[in-house]
Amino acid sequence: MKVGVVTFPGSLDEVDAQRAVRIGGHEAVALWHGDHDLRGVDAVVLPGGFSYGDYLRCGAISRFSPVMTEVIEAAGRGMPVLGICNGFQILCESHLLPGALIRNERQKFLCVDQRLRIENNRTAWTSSYDEGAEVVIALKNGEGSFVADTETLDRLEGEGRVVARYLGDNPNGSLRAIAGISNERGNVVGLMPHPEHSVEDLTGTGTDGLGFFTSLAAAAFA
Amino acid sequence: MPRVVVDVMPKPEILDPQGKAVQGALPRLGFTGVSDVRQGKRFELTVDGEVTDAVLEQVHQMAETLLSNPVIENFTVRIEDAAGAEVLA
Repeated sequence: MKVGVVTFPGSLDEVDAQRAVRIGGHEAVALWHGDHDLRGVDAVVLPGGFSYGDYLRCGAISRFSPVMTEVIEAAGRGMPVLGICNGFQILCESHLLPGALIRNERQKFLCVDQRLRIENNRTAWTSSYDEGAEVVIALKNGEGSFVADTETLDRLEGEGRVVARYLGDNPNGSLRAIAGISNERGNVVGLMPHPEHSVEDLTGTGTDGLGFFTSLAAAAFA
Repeated sequence: MPRVVVDVMPKPEILDPQGKAVQGALPRLGFTGVSDVRQGKRFELTVDGEVTDAVLEQVHQMAETLLSNPVIENFTVRIEDAAGAEVLA
């Protein structure tokens, strides 16, 4: 599959995301925030970083960039979209996903090897995992605390849309230890940890993150 | 020239770690008696011409779509004169 990775001004992890896409068996296509063009890709990754300097709120300005008009439209048609960290924030600001991400409860920027449980393996980005699989993936964020009202949280839980949950100490104060969620259809997934940093034995925390990128192929043939 | 002021605050039920950090710093500096601090944002919009109802309506739309995130924040809109005194719309 052709997987687009968007670069916004202030993105940091787009090169790692492209590499993870390739290791996952796909062609990586660089996309630019200022273009009204998805270049014929089959899926999109919104990478981590500090787009637009996190000015106003994380993701608030990126949401209105030209490429996001296309991403929002394509997501509505069912195209798989994965937002990692800052990408998750952008998806929430775009209202493709419910809730919001606020400053970590303990105010500190985190960078840890985080244990997670994959709660839902029926999304386009998690089908390679066994449901309930416990994985270790890099987590690095300053504003990663997931919040939503109780009704929204109950709906997410009830519909099985909590994709990943933190294990052990809740690292950033996310409500119900939520690390990632999906939209109703399961094609749009937001994740605070960084699977693209956990795809090679040589660097990072191992290869537990690779499944997010290999899942796409399974989704395509499902 | 009048300006329109938009104050954006975290909703009461949303944890405000920045406000809590400020609150924690106050007693260390010898300031006592503050039981809570909430930190928000203030936007001052200088508009061309008169602040009409239509302008205010537009500012409300700006506040809803960009200046605030309704999931976690509330906002208020008011008009101030150059000296910072509130002007009734």
